[in-house]
Amino acid sequence: MANTTQPPNAPAVWAKTQFDGSAMRVALGGRWTLADAAILETAVQTLDTKGAALLHIDLSAVDAIDTCGAWILHRQLRRWQDRGAQIELVGTSDAQAALLERMGVADEERVPLLRKSGSAFAELAIRAGIAATEVAGEAKALIAFVGAATVCALRAIRRPGRVRLVSTVHHIESIGIDAVPILGLLAFLIGVVLAFQGADQLRAYGAEVFTINLLGVSILREIGVLITAIMVAGRTGSAFAAEIGTMKVNQEVDAMRTIGLDPMETLVLPRLLALAITLPLLVFFANTMALVGGAVMVILGLDLSLEQFLEQLSNAVQLNTLAVGLIKAPVFAVLIGVVSCYEGLKVSGSAESVGRHTTQSVVKSIFLVIVFDAAFSIFFSRIGL
Amino acid sequence: MSGQANDSVIRVRGLVTRFGAQTVHDGLDLDVRRGEILAIVGGSGTGKSVLLRTILGLKSPDGGTVELLGANLEALDEEARRPVLKRIGVLFQDGALFSARTVAQNARLPFLEHTKVDHRLVTQLIRVKLSMVGLPQSAGAKLPSELSGGMRKRAGLARAIALDPDILFLDEPTAGLDPIGAANFDSLIRDLQQALALTVVMVTHDVDTLCAIADRVAVLIDSKIIVGTLDEIRAHPHPWIQAYFDGPRGRAARTGLAVSAEPRVSTRVSKGT
Ligand SMILES: Nc1ncnc2c1ncn2[C@@H]1O[C@H](COP(=O)(O)OP(=O)(O)OP(=O)(O)O)[C@@H](O)[C@H]1O
Ligand SMILES: [Mg+2]
Repeated sequence: MANTTQPPNAPAVWAKTQFDGSAMRVALGGRWTLADAAILETAVQTLDTKGAALLHIDLSAVDAIDTCGAWILHRQLRRWQDRGAQIELVGTSDAQAALLERMGVADEERVPLLRKSGSAFAELAIRAGIAATEVAGEAKALIAFVGAATVCALRAIRRPGRVRLVSTVHHIESIGIDAVPILGLLAFLIGVVLAFQGADQLRAYGAEVFTINLLGVSILREIGVLITAIMVAGRTGSAFAAEIGTMKVNQEVDAMRTIGLDPMETLVLPRLLALAITLPLLVFFANTMALVGGAVMVILGLDLSLEQFLEQLSNAVQLNTLAVGLIKAPVFAVLIGVVSCYEGLKVSGSAESVGRHTTQSVVKSIFLVIVFDAAFSIFFSRIGL
Repeated sequence: MSGQANDSVIRVRGLVTRFGAQTVHDGLDLDVRRGEILAIVGGSGTGKSVLLRTILGLKSPDGGTVELLGANLEALDEEARRPVLKRIGVLFQDGALFSARTVAQNARLPFLEHTKVDHRLVTQLIRVKLSMVGLPQSAGAKLPSELSGGMRKRAGLARAIALDPDILFLDEPTAGLDPIGAANFDSLIRDLQQALALTVVMVTHDVDTLCAIADRVAVLIDSKIIVGTLDEIRAHPHPWIQAYFDGPRGRAARTGLAVSAEPRVSTRVSKGT
């Protein structure tokens, strides 16, 4: 026995070499499996064939061999062959031989299995560049989408029969009715907080009663509609993007197209319509709840009666004030609907993409809602409302 | 786990599966022996995929018991399941690849989860698996969404055989493969099964695969299962079985001929979902 590599604590696998005059006999035994991969690798690599030209590889003592064992053996055989040795396998079963045979196909190509990635810095620069150019492309695509949605909406006006009523009603329920409890609570609490803080500050001037003016104007003009829009963007916009995105991943959108259904008409329009109908109603509801919250706080905290509260409120706000808030609602509705449907339709391929675009839809629609709100403020102040 | 008296690696007793009012399995018994290739056939919607899911512990039975490698997966916690799960590989009907990972990363996952094998060797083994299932190496860096349907199936198989499992579950492995690929696949399964004493449970509609490699055949009919060797099953008088083997495809596969252009009237066996 010229050379033995048999780790003492692992008798499960072994490999031995023995020179018998003309050829080197390599005897292998034990279980050549993934479980002992590390031992196998060293056992095979430390075999010393003394540069023999003819190798007899004897597998008759091998109890089991899996792809891992076969690969490690194959790799070593290839090394010996590259060195010019001639190899003969003895004692292999048909299945073992077939398995070893299959290892050969893995040698041919050496294409990297991982995606190429450059240095971290270059990567960062490239991504920043891509992101920058994407902003412009994104804006263009979004505008194009708005255009397509408008065309679709105009077509629907000409042929109202094509509007998906059932789907629209279903969305109205999930956007509107299902949101009532949470939105009501939210608006009520904001009314309470606003009244509390306002009263606290105005007390210093002895003008606590103007808390009611503060409440009326700020809630009706800004806070009611903003809170509602932000909540709907988070609650409904994300749902739209995820629903449509998942349909995209499952190729449902492709299937629709081949059947002749226009995704714009079947998916986007009912959602936009439902949002445009529901959001103003939700805003009105939120306004009411916030005022109720404020009223509760004011009446309890400032010791006013309900009549006094209402009187002060009617002095402070006109129908205008309410209208200024409500008029923004359909605009915000369209913004949220367009952005979330657009993001949903942009999903491609993976579940990860659904998540990314869902997040994007919420972030973008809230951003746009606030930008448009600012624009409205400027506009209204210019025209003196 | 190894305390089995006999050589059944899977033992199903009195399995009942219901979805609402629909009874899919009604008192079904099944034993899968170590080292055999069992093919499960049956019409669309007879509950083959559900049976696999139940055996794998993904769905709890509405009645009866299921033992996989001597363990009742359903009753075990995550930690106790691991050693069993390490010994099985599953190819789902639609591949079920992780969509956010490349093919190579998909195949690497079982190694990361269950072994401590050296990184370089793992990469080499992944190459081996990819070529074994007939994928070009360039597919390794691709995302599942960038593959064709047949390639996704192969990638799913590469992941399923990553660890050379004791039991391989295949749900319609050859559906969506070209005939040459399907034949290669048959011989791959044969080789693996003989070299590793692998047990294979596969759902298939492919009569060719059935005739080529199945040791035993299980037919799901009328919420029950009929198990036997290919010859026994073929001799069974049930009209569905007769239609299955005597249809143009069944006859062609049996006689080793290519499927002829005969009208396919009596079988609808190769419909995928
Ligand atoms: N989650 C589920 N809810 C309700 N019914 C289900 C569910 N999963 C499956 N079924 C029903 O169980 C039956 C069996 O389904 P299964 O997917 O096992 O069919 P199959 O035999 O694999 O068919 P195929 O050959 O088409 O793949 C079908 O009738 C199906 O409608
Ligand atoms: Mg199925």
